[in-house]
Amino acid sequence: MTHTTRRTLLKTGAAFAGASVIGSPALVRAQADKIKIGHLTPLTGFLGALGAYAQLGIRMAQEEINAAGGVMGRPLDVLSEDSVNPATASTKAQRMLEQDGVAFLMGEINSASALTIMQVAERNKRLFLQIGARSDALRGKNCNKYTFHVDIPNTVMVNAVGKALVRENMVKDKKFFTLTADYIFGHDLLNAAKRFFGANQGNLIGDELIATDVTDFSPYLLKIRQAKPDVVCSNLAGNQVTNLIKQYAEFGLPYPIVGFNLNTADAWAAGDGNLSGIWPTVWYHTLDVPASKTFVANFIKKNGKPPENHAWIEYVSLKIMAQAINETKSTETDKLIAYLEKETEFDILKARKGHFRSWDHQLMQEAYPFTVKAKGQAKDQWDLIALGAAVPDANEPLESLAPTREQNPCSL
Amino acid sequence: MQFGFLLEQVVNGLVLGGYYLLIALGLSLIFSVGGIVNLAHGAFYALGAYASVEITKHFGFGPAVVLSPVAVALLGIAFERFILRRFYTADPILSLLVTFGLAMVTEQAIRMIWGAAPLSASIPPAFRGSVFLGDFLFSRYRLLILAVVAIVLLGVWLLLHKTSFGRVVRAGIQRPDMVAALGIRLQPYMTAIVMLGVGMAALAGAFFAPISIVHPAMGSEIITVAFVVVVIGGLGSFWGVVLAALLVGVVRGMTIHFVPAAGEASIYVLMFLVLVVRPRGLLGERIEKFE
Repeated sequence: MTHTTRRTLLKTGAAFAGASVIGSPALVRAQADKIKIGHLTPLTGFLGALGAYAQLGIRMAQEEINAAGGVMGRPLDVLSEDSVNPATASTKAQRMLEQDGVAFLMGEINSASALTIMQVAERNKRLFLQIGARSDALRGKNCNKYTFHVDIPNTVMVNAVGKALVRENMVKDKKFFTLTADYIFGHDLLNAAKRFFGANQGNLIGDELIATDVTDFSPYLLKIRQAKPDVVCSNLAGNQVTNLIKQYAEFGLPYPIVGFNLNTADAWAAGDGNLSGIWPTVWYHTLDVPASKTFVANFIKKNGKPPENHAWIEYVSLKIMAQAINETKSTETDKLIAYLEKETEFDILKARKGHFRSWDHQLMQEAYPFTVKAKGQAKDQWDLIALGAAVPDANEPLESLAPTREQNPCSL
Repeated sequence: MQFGFLLEQVVNGLVLGGYYLLIALGLSLIFSVGGIVNLAHGAFYALGAYASVEITKHFGFGPAVVLSPVAVALLGIAFERFILRRFYTADPILSLLVTFGLAMVTEQAIRMIWGAAPLSASIPPAFRGSVFLGDFLFSRYRLLILAVVAIVLLGVWLLLHKTSFGRVVRAGIQRPDMVAALGIRLQPYMTAIVMLGVGMAALAGAFFAPISIVHPAMGSEIITVAFVVVVIGGLGSFWGVVLAALLVGVVRGMTIHFVPAAGEASIYVLMFLVLVVRPRGLLGERIEKFE
C-alpha cells in the first residue's frame, strides 16, 4: 500500500511544492479603549520585501503616536497581516471588519489585492486608505467613495520619468522595447507608457508580458537583442525589477535601460554597479527636507538600516489617519471621508504638503526622477541614486502630472 | 537570420537547463535511494545562495562558490542523520510533511537572520558582459556556469558508474534487500547521497545569487521546476534527469520566442504530455520497491 503511493507522491509533489502559505490570524485581545486599525500588506511573494518595510514604517508611526498619548486619548492598535494574494486579502479584510472590530482598513502594495480590498470596503461602507498600490485603474475606472490612495499612480510615474527622458532627447523618434508585469499593475503602466510615447513621438516596437514569478529573463533579453531598440524600458514590479536589472547587466546589452516603476528596495538588491538609467521614485531617504531627515535618523536608530519608500509612505499614512481622527473627534467612516475630501493639507515629509483630490481621492504630491550615482560617489550601500529635482516644479500646481478629468474615468 | 535567433534560444535554454539540473539531480538521487520526496531541497538551494553572499563579502567570489556548497553539504549530514533517517520505512506522507515543514522553517529562519529584504550580489568583474561567437551572444557568466555544471555532471556520473560506491548506490536503488543480504549497510551511502544532493543544490544557489534575486522565498520558487524535471526525466536514471533538465530549458526558451504568454506554462504542459505518453518518465526505470 505504502509502496504504490510513493510514485504518485512524487507526481503530486510538484503541486504540493507550490502550495501557498496560509497565514495565521493574529491573536486579538478585546480592549474597548483601543482604536483598532486593520492593516494588510504582502509579506510573501514577489512584493514581500517591500511589505516588510511597510510594516516597519507603520509600526514606527504607531509607537510614536501612542508614546505621545494616542489619538483622542486612546492608543492605536494596528493589526498587521500578510495579505498573501487578492483572494486572501479580501477574506482577511472582511474578517478584520466583521470579527476583529477594526475602525477602518489601511495598506497594500499589490494592485490586484488592493482592488479586492476596495470592494470589501465598499460593500461594508468602511474607509480603506490604499497606501502603496499604483495602478491607475484603482483611482480611475475602479474608484469608489470609500477608498483613498496615497502612493503616486502609474501615470505620474511615467510623466515624472518622461519629463527627464524628453529633456535628454531620449523619446522623439526613438524605438522603445518594453517589458511589462503581467497583472493589472503592469497592464495599466503599459497603457500609461503608450499614451506617453504617443504624445511625444516615441515608437513602441515590442512589448513582452512577463509573469510575476519569472526569475530567468534570458530568453527575453535575446528577443530584445533581436529587436534592436534604442531604449529598453521596464514596466515590471517588485522582484522582477531586481532580476531584470541583474541579468541585463550580466548580458551587457548596449541599449540604455530606463523604467517607469521602481521601489528602492528592488534597486538596493540589484547589486553593485548593475543599475543604470533614469527611473521614478516617490520618496528617497536622502531627500533634503528637515522633517524627512529626522524621520530617517529615527528609523535608522530603531532598525539599523535606512527606510525604503514603503516605510516612509506607511509612516505618513498612519500620521494622516491620526490627524483625521483627532480633528474630526471620530472614527466614523462618513466623517473621516468628509475630512479627507475637504482637501486638507498633510505634512508628508516633503518640501510641499499633500492633499487628497476630492473627485478621485488621490493624494497630490511631489515625485522625483532619479539617475544612478557613478561608481565611487556613493557614501554607503544604500546611497545608490542621485535624486533629480522634484516634479512638478515649485511654481506648477501639484496636479499637473496627475491624470486629468478627461483622462480619468473615475466618478465617485 | 531567424534560424540564428532560434539557435541562440536553444543554446540559452540548454544553459538554463544545466542550472535546473544541479537542483533536480540531487532531488532525484535522494528519492531514488531513500524513497524520500525532499520538499526541503529548495531550502538548501536558498541557504547555498545566502552562504555564498556572506562568504563573498569576506573572501571573494571564488572561495564562496566552493565553501558554500561544502558548508551546506555538512548541514546535509545532520539533516540525514537526525531527520530523514527516521522516515525511510515510514509512511511516505510523513516524510513529505516533515520536509515541507522544514522548508517553511528554513524560509522563516532566513527571514529572521537576514531579513525579508533581498540581499545584493554581483557577478565578479572578470565574468561580466557577453562574448560573441560569430553572431551568437553568450553571457560570459552563464558560460562559466555551463562549464561548472559539465564538470559536476561528469564527476557524479563517474562516481555512480565507475566506483564501488556507485555500484552500491545503484544496487540500493533497485534491490535494497539484496544489498542488505550481502552485508552492506546502506545508511552511510544514504548520508553521502544526501550530502551530494543538497551540496549540488547549494552550488546552484551560489552560482545563481549574482544573477537572480536572493530572497527568503527563493527556495520555494525553484522547487516546483526541479520537481517537474524529475518527473519528466523519470526515476533512477541519471541521463533521464539530464535530458529532462535540458528539454525543460529549451522548451521554455522556444515557447517564449514564439508564444511569450505561454512561457511559464509550457514546462507543465510538457510534464503533462510526458506523463500521458510515458507515465514512468522519459528514461525512468522500473523500480520494484516503488511499484
